[in-house]
Amino acid sequence: MVNLKNVFKSFGEKPVIEDVSLKIEKGTITSFIGPNGAGKSTLISMISRLIAKDEGDITIDGKDIFKTKSNELAKKISILKQSNNINLKLTVRELVSFGRFPYSQGKLTKEDWEKVDEAIAYLELEEIQDKYLDQLSGGQRQRAHIAMTVAQDTEYILLDEPLNNLDMRHANQIMKTLRRLVDEKGKTVVIVIHDINFASCYSDQIVALKDGKIVKQGRACDVIDKCVLRELYDMDIDIKEIDNKRICFYY
Amino acid sequence: MKIRYLLLLLLVFSFLSVFIGVSNVSPLDLFNLTETQKQVLLVSRIPRLISIIIAGMSMSIVGLIMQQLSRNRFVSPTTAGTLDSARLGILVSMMIFTAASPLQKMLVAFVFALLGTLLFMKILEKVKFKDAVFIPLIGLMLGNIISSISTFFAYQNDLIQNMSSWLQGDFSMIMTGNYELMFVTVPLLFIAYLYANKFTIAGMGEDFSKSLGLNYRQVVNVGLIISALVTASVVLAVGIIPFLGLIIPNIVVIYQGDHLKNTLVHTALLGAVFVLFCDIVGRVIIYPYEIPISLTVGVIGSGIFIYLLMRRKKYGL
Repeated sequence: MVNLKNVFKSFGEKPVIEDVSLKIEKGTITSFIGPNGAGKSTLISMISRLIAKDEGDITIDGKDIFKTKSNELAKKISILKQSNNINLKLTVRELVSFGRFPYSQGKLTKEDWEKVDEAIAYLELEEIQDKYLDQLSGGQRQRAHIAMTVAQDTEYILLDEPLNNLDMRHANQIMKTLRRLVDEKGKTVVIVIHDINFASCYSDQIVALKDGKIVKQGRACDVIDKCVLRELYDMDIDIKEIDNKRICFYY
Repeated sequence: MKIRYLLLLLLVFSFLSVFIGVSNVSPLDLFNLTETQKQVLLVSRIPRLISIIIAGMSMSIVGLIMQQLSRNRFVSPTTAGTLDSARLGILVSMMIFTAASPLQKMLVAFVFALLGTLLFMKILEKVKFKDAVFIPLIGLMLGNIISSISTFFAYQNDLIQNMSSWLQGDFSMIMTGNYELMFVTVPLLFIAYLYANKFTIAGMGEDFSKSLGLNYRQVVNVGLIISALVTASVVLAVGIIPFLGLIIPNIVVIYQGDHLKNTLVHTALLGAVFVLFCDIVGRVIIYPYEIPISLTVGVIGSGIFIYLLMRRKKYGL
């Protein structure tokens, strides 16, 4: 379980995260939603120790993440930041093999390679595994990065806007994969996401953030609510229920 | 290009290199050398060959590491102020300790090269506009500022002529006794090989490294220390060989990709072959005189570099 208690963070004078407390249960998908500048990315970066907190406690399974060795933590939690700006000429397979770094420090054993193959198969990348990343489409590249985190084999997988720049088909494919990771492998997934309908349909828990504060957190059906969304986005959003899923019309 | 072709080229060029020169030593004499011929081989030709190979390998690898760590294909000792800083270091060591030993000079040059490169990396962090060509331009400007400081102090201390001798890379002065410092770079290249995976991960960015539990700062610092030490020792023994760290890694990337485990050996071999080739050209073109290596590498290298720039899109540089 990830546990945040009264976490504060400011950049210079400007507070970005104010008094955020939050629990993320194992084996769930949690989505962070909210307008631009709400502090979603900052929060997810703090949970993964990329950014230091100013105040408060962040623990994973009871251990303070800023007191745990970085290498130990890399076996427990992985984060994928918005990743399409990497301009190195690497093959998919090479990228995925980096996921084993926390275990092997670069000298991959037979077992490590098995994990790499497994991850490549899980994301259905076998056919393009020897292609260079810069030859791939946005969706394929994103899947390659997710395959790397699968190879890293951490309990917690954090993704910062994994659907950015993807078309519906690929976005859906990514969300289905994340759902499978949770349902089949028991992983815990936390994502920052802008499309509230994707959040509504695929998450177990939604955290709505605005101006660094939590507006509402809870099950999808509690957060995807006219009042909450009006407070969040300052616009009236119609919500329809289709097949037990709440779908927002904001067009 | 396969490794064995590169090795073959290296052998052929090495062989040529040993038997080209003003004093006549032919391969046929190899088994009954006169005393003079033996001297020429042992004191001049073989040290020259070794220093060319070391300089070619190490400067290319330093370029590769710097490009990986700065995440920019056009960064190298020439375009990051490293070479100019090393030169300023040598000047300072000559001004402060008039009778500095080569080792002392190298250490001072190393400290300056490291500081200059760190300064460049700091500027790189601060610059928001990360255009691929803009970054090395900043580095060139920084290098020129440092270089003008060197020139100023060199004028004041009547060291201009002395200094211009390290401005131009030149293997003709290499002889037993003045190049051995370059052996410092050999263990450094081994360390670079051990760190290959880590450099590649660091090249993916700080967040990416941290997520994999890699100590980003430490890896970057190891890379910069290796770069500065190698540059200092090569500048001191041979002088400045421009462009080398820029062209060689970029050629290798085109056919070998970016994973350092795959590129290091290729880069080292191609670097050695390229410098050997340029050196041989420089020695035969106005025989019996010699063109300094910085000139041949500069001309051939900048030609290749312009070609690479023009084909940039195609190779995805």
